[in-house]
Amino acid sequence: MAAASVYSSTGFDFSNLTRNNFLSEKGLPLPKATSTGTTIVGCIFEDGIILGADTRATEGPIVADKNCEKIHYITDSIRCCGAGTAADTEFVTNLISSNMEMHTLTHGRKPRVVTAMTMLKQYLFRHQGHVGAALVLGGVDSTGPNLFTIAPHGSTDKLPYVTMGSGSLAAMAVFESHWRANMSRADALQLVKDAISAGIFNDLGSGSNVDACIITTNHTEMLRNVEMPNERVQKERTYVFPKGTTAWKKEDIKKLVLSEEVTPIGGEAMDTD
Amino acid sequence: MDHIDMHRLKQGEVNLGTSIMAVQFVGGVVIGADSRTTTGSYIANRVTDKLTFLHDHIYCCRSGSAADTQAIADFGHYYLQMQAQVMGSAPSVLTAAAIMEKMCYQNKDQLSAGIIVAGWDKKTGPSVYNIPLGGGLFRQPWAIGGSGSTYVYGYCDATYQEGWGKDETVNFVKNTLALAMSRDGSSGGCIRMCVITEDGVERKFIPGDQLPRFWEGKEVLGEGIQNSLKTNDLFPKRDV
Repeated sequence: MAAASVYSSTGFDFSNLTRNNFLSEKGLPLPKATSTGTTIVGCIFEDGIILGADTRATEGPIVADKNCEKIHYITDSIRCCGAGTAADTEFVTNLISSNMEMHTLTHGRKPRVVTAMTMLKQYLFRHQGHVGAALVLGGVDSTGPNLFTIAPHGSTDKLPYVTMGSGSLAAMAVFESHWRANMSRADALQLVKDAISAGIFNDLGSGSNVDACIITTNHTEMLRNVEMPNERVQKERTYVFPKGTTAWKKEDIKKLVLSEEVTPIGGEAMDTD
Repeated sequence: MDHIDMHRLKQGEVNLGTSIMAVQFVGGVVIGADSRTTTGSYIANRVTDKLTFLHDHIYCCRSGSAADTQAIADFGHYYLQMQAQVMGSAPSVLTAAAIMEKMCYQNKDQLSAGIIVAGWDKKTGPSVYNIPLGGGLFRQPWAIGGSGSTYVYGYCDATYQEGWGKDETVNFVKNTLALAMSRDGSSGGCIRMCVITEDGVERKFIPGDQLPRFWEGKEVLGEGIQNSLKTNDLFPKRDV
């Protein structure tokens, strides 16, 4: 532990690892990263893809953000929903979005969804599950609509309807009972809303509003807060007490702001013009 | 043999608790797999394709960690494409199996992957190579793998015969996998199969409601036993 302060070689310094292990052995828990206990879904319909997400971010039992955005931009016609560690989903989607733009510029044509999928899975596999991002990737390219899930260790699945996050079981129950092949845009959007709502109402880690994103061949529509089933309403009574409700025995008013005179001694005043 | 050690999987890792199989016959090979992918007790994918393309006439069956086996198969696919371009001819099944084995052996400490490589090439015709967990490489006339395989070694030993044609081999694979899937909780769903011959690859799909069915039992106290209970044949009263 002390060796690092005596001699520091080039390259990485892992001495903090020993320190952290020592501290956790003594019973001091390591800080936890913000995890998005989440419901995210994706669904193929007759002319494109619909992605959906709830908007709750949690830190253990505390709701850290009541209206966060979990549908991330990759390219104009590719989007990605993130579950797991909030920071990891944010950074990994940003990184791949940047690399996809570079890919577009170097090759001079629109990149495919599989390209983003391969970049993401290779990045996640390289980090052996330490980058805790569970993703639903969807988009439309020259090959048509594409939908994937990517697990934190880097495995991928290609399916017509997918769910991820802690609310995935509730959402999948809705998909398994109501999904049909070649659904219309309106039906598919309703199904995605229902699936996310199932997560919001039945999973403690998910909550607040529904976000959706409809991607078709030449148009992408981001529907932020398409459904707000948990809006704060006017309280039925007012709890403002009228003046004089509390009785008092004496009154003492103190002057808290004191003014003092400053007399400058010697020297010329600085030229401030 | 090719048993998946659940403790070697990383926390929360997607697992292919699997039944996979490959059998060679006179004109080619038949490979098959169930379609279940699990994360703990949740089925993450019920229609998974575990028969993965490596080259025109070479496929592999994947078992173990989904992430690990996909990464290995993706690399194998890339390597064989390069090999084909450099050599100007299709790679042999042995080449494919050898590169997969190299990956599995050299990274054995970090991987949980049990892979069967099978296919057809001009030099040796049909062949099946088994690459179990430690990264060995074995040529076999038939190979089974994944957690479900342990239940059906006896069935395969008792049933397999040399000199089968395509249809007999397809039935053998179908029946073996159905038996494995019925006994192994981590296997199930549908059966996917590929018949690889000189002419190409023919895919076969058996939905979950059309799987071969075997004896599934009847009430333990069936008519015969109940009658014998009445007459006290089974448990005769004895004087103490």
